[in-house]
Amino acid sequence: MTIEANTPSLSQLSASNGNVRPILEWIARRAEPVAISLGAILAGLALFSIFIAVVGKSPIELFKLMYTGGFGSWFSIQNSLSRAAPLLLTALCVALPARLGLVIIGGEGAVVLGGVAAAAAALPLTGSVSPIIVLPVMAIAGMLMGGIWIGMAGLLRHYRGVNETIASLLLAYIAIALMNHVIEGPLRDPASLNKPSTAPLPPEYLLGNIPGMDVNWGLVIGILACILSWILIEATSFGFAARIAGGNVRAAQIQGLPVGRLIVGFTALAGSFAGLAGMIEVAAVQGSANASLAAGYGYTGILVAFLARHNPLAVIPVAILLGGIDASGGLIQRRMGLPDATVLVLQGTLFVVILLCETLYGRFKIFNPDLWKTPALKGGTV
Amino acid sequence: MEDTGIGLWGVPLAILAGAIRVSTPFIFVSLGESMTERSGRINLGLEGTLVFGAMTAYAVAVMTGSPWLGVLAAMAAGAVFGLIHGWICKFPKVNDIAIGIAMMQFGLGLAFFLGKSFIQPVAPRLPSIPLGGWSDLPQIQSALNINVLFVIGALLAVALWWAFRNTRVGLILRVVGDSSDAARAMGLNPDTVRLLATAAGGSFAAVGGAYLSLYYPGSWNEGISSGQGLMAVALVIFARWNPIGCFLAALLFGGAGALGPALQSVGVTQGYYLFYAAPYVLTLAILVATSSPTRSLAGAPGALSITK
Repeated sequence: MTIEANTPSLSQLSASNGNVRPILEWIARRAEPVAISLGAILAGLALFSIFIAVVGKSPIELFKLMYTGGFGSWFSIQNSLSRAAPLLLTALCVALPARLGLVIIGGEGAVVLGGVAAAAAALPLTGSVSPIIVLPVMAIAGMLMGGIWIGMAGLLRHYRGVNETIASLLLAYIAIALMNHVIEGPLRDPASLNKPSTAPLPPEYLLGNIPGMDVNWGLVIGILACILSWILIEATSFGFAARIAGGNVRAAQIQGLPVGRLIVGFTALAGSFAGLAGMIEVAAVQGSANASLAAGYGYTGILVAFLARHNPLAVIPVAILLGGIDASGGLIQRRMGLPDATVLVLQGTLFVVILLCETLYGRFKIFNPDLWKTPALKGGTV
Repeated sequence: MEDTGIGLWGVPLAILAGAIRVSTPFIFVSLGESMTERSGRINLGLEGTLVFGAMTAYAVAVMTGSPWLGVLAAMAAGAVFGLIHGWICKFPKVNDIAIGIAMMQFGLGLAFFLGKSFIQPVAPRLPSIPLGGWSDLPQIQSALNINVLFVIGALLAVALWWAFRNTRVGLILRVVGDSSDAARAMGLNPDTVRLLATAAGGSFAAVGGAYLSLYYPGSWNEGISSGQGLMAVALVIFARWNPIGCFLAALLFGGAGALGPALQSVGVTQGYYLFYAAPYVLTLAILVATSSPTRSLAGAPGALSITK
């Protein structure tokens, strides 16, 4: 939290005894989140192994299969990356508001409605308008819809004091009901019998794959969104103001920061990322809006964001890791006869353990130069 | 009352019947959550506890042939989930809302994992009391066919309301919930009280789940809950942490949930899926109407994080 505040100034650094110490301190302070997160993941995997051993299966075989299914071949790597793509965007839907101290867990609703909005915007245009125009229109429609949906949770939070966690989740349930209404009613393609959907997009209107890979452009869009979000938070005054408001709302208000606009802006941006994930699902994977949009990407995104400690750059590796775990689910089911919910158990275990390990921050001397034997660079005696 | 069919009267009757049938899980989860929140902690993980309770109750009922043993087993499982939540939240810097979300995912995953083999077999159901015997109309008879757990829930609501006000345990719970410092000054350990309150809340929520799998709808599958555990948390806020308020609010929610099927039964099919959203819209509308950005809610436990 107060990493910057503890970091010694440049003049203090130059006055220090030698050049190694400041570098060590810099490393120590930044190693803490990495070390604790990795430790927590290992502890979670250990707990999960015990569980697997108790139900009478071999954890070692399971982890081997998980590696094979997730990252063992070019095919499985592409599969994992495809599954990671929507998680990148839905994790941002949690991570961005979290920097303001808000816990938004209704990203699923923005995904679903973003997908429906994208399909609804595209269908009247297909055939007469070029895909170069239709695809951006779909993206804008999806992002607008998702932004409105999650922005509403932010709006209610700031102006009515409604708890954003519960409000966003209720909005997600409402969104799923709205989607069912639209795909069963007004926009239903009469040809979709067993699985109600909107009319399929013609193939030339689909978002294609990255050249040379069997992974759609959603991955690139997701990674770009993570990088842009990181820049927004770390390098702009908007992001700086948001971090202050997240640390202490009163202080931010006294400073004259527009807390209301920050909250609504961040939640709307977060929702627009989730809406974009829905648009990509429609334009690259499903080809139409249907009930498969509610596949749980919004919920897995919560886990990704918390594992990444709401750092948009850390979201990238974590999403790929969880995409890999998800991709290996089928293989584990076939080879070991374990239920498909095995992956859910692992995710839940990791989630609980990682949150428990939040309590470890600041407890290790090695990560806190102020407690090292030689006092830290505070200008005092050595 | 005429025997010549009940026509449009069927709608309010179906809503009433639905309210009684659908509300029971809400009653138990919200009563449990009101205890936990009164102690100053929020457990958002009750959705996971509810589903795990539903699975446990169903599995034990299949294996032993007794639905009541199933309910007991669900209570034990729910208490364990509450203990885990309460134990983790005891550590500094741990966020109880985030832990709740994590426990929800963990509970759902574990329930689906262990419950896979119980989707097929049929479990014995919980008994119900036919209170509609005085009427000749089958609609009224079925509407007043009330499950034992609903009655227990109603009695529990009154008992808890009384206990919060008049017993030592109730006072301890309220002190801890209003101020950790005041509790410590009285020689109470807030963490222990919250741990026990969360465990009790978890076992209540699991009974709600047992009702789902053992009575209505009366089967175990992965879609058994449609967010009842989460809506109950919002419902407790609406009920102002008052157990009797929780009971009435649960009836209201049950009625909202029964609106769609009731209208469908008299031939209204337009916007059928939109009626599914009714309970969620109602919850949200109530939250918007009763929250305020400037003051904390009337009757809110002072140490509760969600109202700050």
